Amino acid sequence: MNAELWLPVVFAGLMAISLLAYVILDGYDLGVGILLPLGAKAERDTMIASIGPFWDANETWLVLGVGLLLVAFPLAHGIILGELYLPVALMLLGLILRGVAFDFRVKARDPHQPWWNAAFAAGSLLAALSQGVMLGRYLTGFAPGAAAWGFALLAGVGLAAAYALLGAGWLIMKTRGALQARAIGWARRALYGTGLAVLAVSIATPLASSHIAAKWFVLPDFLLLLPLPLGSLALFVLLALSLPRLARRQAAGNDTLCWLPFAATVGIVLLSFWGLAYSVFPDIVIGRLTIWQAASSPEALSVILWGAAVVLPTIVGYTVYAYRVFWGKAEGLSYS
Amino acid sequence: MEFDPVTLARIQFGANISFHILFPTISIAMGWVLLFFKWRFNATRDEAWMEAYGFWVKVFALTFAVGVVSGITMSFQFGTNWPGYMRTVGNIAGPLLAYEVLTAFFLEATFLGIMLFGRSRVSNRMHTLATFLVAFGTTVSAFWIIALNSWMQTPAGFTMVNGQAHVTSWLEVIFNPSMPYRLIHMLLASGLTVAFLVAGLSAYRWGRGDRGLAVRHSLKTGVYLAALLIPLQILAGDAHGLNTFHHQPAKLAAMEGVWHTERGAPLLLFALPDEASQSNRYQIGIPRLASLIITHQPDGEIRGLNEFAGRHPPVGKVFWSFRAMVAVGVLMLATAWLAAWQLRRGEPAGWTVSLLTAMTFSGWLATLAGWYVTEIGRQPWLVTGVLSTADAASTVPGGMILSTLLMYLALYLVLLASYVSVVFYLARKAGKHDELPLSANLAGEQA
Repeated sequence: MNAELWLPVVFAGLMAISLLAYVILDGYDLGVGILLPLGAKAERDTMIASIGPFWDANETWLVLGVGLLLVAFPLAHGIILGELYLPVALMLLGLILRGVAFDFRVKARDPHQPWWNAAFAAGSLLAALSQGVMLGRYLTGFAPGAAAWGFALLAGVGLAAAYALLGAGWLIMKTRGALQARAIGWARRALYGTGLAVLAVSIATPLASSHIAAKWFVLPDFLLLLPLPLGSLALFVLLALSLPRLARRQAAGNDTLCWLPFAATVGIVLLSFWGLAYSVFPDIVIGRLTIWQAASSPEALSVILWGAAVVLPTIVGYTVYAYRVFWGKAEGLSYS
Repeated sequence: MEFDPVTLARIQFGANISFHILFPTISIAMGWVLLFFKWRFNATRDEAWMEAYGFWVKVFALTFAVGVVSGITMSFQFGTNWPGYMRTVGNIAGPLLAYEVLTAFFLEATFLGIMLFGRSRVSNRMHTLATFLVAFGTTVSAFWIIALNSWMQTPAGFTMVNGQAHVTSWLEVIFNPSMPYRLIHMLLASGLTVAFLVAGLSAYRWGRGDRGLAVRHSLKTGVYLAALLIPLQILAGDAHGLNTFHHQPAKLAAMEGVWHTERGAPLLLFALPDEASQSNRYQIGIPRLASLIITHQPDGEIRGLNEFAGRHPPVGKVFWSFRAMVAVGVLMLATAWLAAWQLRRGEPAGWTVSLLTAMTFSGWLATLAGWYVTEIGRQPWLVTGVLSTADAASTVPGGMILSTLLMYLALYLVLLASYVSVVFYLARKAGKHDELPLSANLAGEQA
């Protein structure tokens, strides 16, 4: 097969995997950041400890995703990041604030700590909102007008809610006692927010983008796509039913299903992501540019592909190792 | 004042990359210093080495975090500020950047977690390995990015087809003419920056009466490392200068303030280069010394800026950045050797302690000045002879760049001030808990 045909598809896939890994991995640690102000003072150190060893590597997936966009689809990188200039700048501001606050908050003078805590939470929220706005702008093909921007803001709130749900699920899995009980409560609230947002975005997406509507509502695609919303609905129902039961079990000291909310949320993210990827493919700038039009020359792509084929499995391997090292509940984490 | 978007894009990118480079400069060599502490502990079982490790690993974590987040900014700005860059040389820049992310970023970021928080969860051997992998990752990262930067300075191993660079030899691309010199120069700069940081902060603790074994170990490590590296750096810098003379004569002419090709050029100690009159004002120099240093002959010929009319970098900025770098280097040499001599004989004198403390961040000044020489010295090109900076610039409106530039500047100033003050605060706090350094510091540090 022709390299000019399949290489862009492979790289679009790699980029999608990187962004999906980013949304799930940095999603839970951004979510913990968003939830931080809700935690009792004494619980905040544990909340941060639960993401401490991971957040650096989690953000690296964003660098890989954007890096792949830059090197594999330079034309699209220019258009997309040019259009998203302001939300990207705000996202970077948020990521910088929370990244440094994470380290400053434990090292700075005591009176400064509340400031760094606030910077951590605000930075996490700002990054999540901006990423949602970027997604919303992207899906409308950067359409002008108040309605398109309203849709983008809606996506922003939706993504922040989804991150909060991921973060709450992560805390349920990684903590115990009073904090875990609270996290179950946060998950219940974030679940409604996320559910409403996913529903609203799903309804608004075909309205906002005729391009996507044309892809959804034709037979047989419509029937093939149907498992995505139905699967998501099933997972939402599962979460809505299991969270109150989980609270009762937790109170009784039974922790066997603590992984369930996080896993179910990851399932929702996977289904939503698959739906979006399907809607967009093979465009990379919706309605303007396909992945083949935007791709770099095959010579550069194949050089990168060889490296990626060797290195990516290694990265996955040692990432799994790092998660195993810090397996289990998060307390008692320290530099010693 | 009206700014054009190209100037704004350059200022914004320059501000971001100047801020960013401060932190990798520390983390590259600090990883190896931490490995050295760890190795000394493994060899001697002297807890003081581990205490030094415990203190410096916190500085490392802080440094690494600021480096990571400011680096994310860079990955976006490559495209937003310089769309023409990828369009023209994407076949070369793309793979090099991708390899940096794949082989270095994930390695360092993942094992950082184990290095920082995993001591009680993995074996000592695994923890040592994690420390090594983090140090190795930072250095691999430097390798790729220096390869790309050097290729932009002295491009090789490619042909241009329809306005796009196509690789003919990856070996020539990666090991282009200036790459080995720049890589060694930068790694040594990182070593010196860390040596003075370790020596300076330890001297600060020493001066406050905090003279435990861990501080002593750190002070000696920093001072001896500095004394060892600074002569190597002078040699490497000289070789790098010769390389520039051969491959980027316009940059060298600007560094030395040579307006007209001349034999037996003087080494200028002071001058005000004047672009309008194409000459120096108030010039003070040592006769023939520049020719002697660069060509190794007292009457060797140095090509002047007149041979590169309209294609040479702004002279004053390059000229003075170069002198600032050399001045800091000379001060480093004197300080490091004096302090090393005193430490060999016993304890450092009070004024030496003050001098070392004052020079805690001197490596930053030299490194920034050096990068200004090489980056401004490459102008008006983004890729020498291939792509001009103006042709690569973005079409993002000036107002948008200006507003985000102001935001970044404000943020960076706050972060820089916070970083420096927190590092000194950590040093004071470590001194207060001399009796139980780890447990007391880490009780509130469940992170």
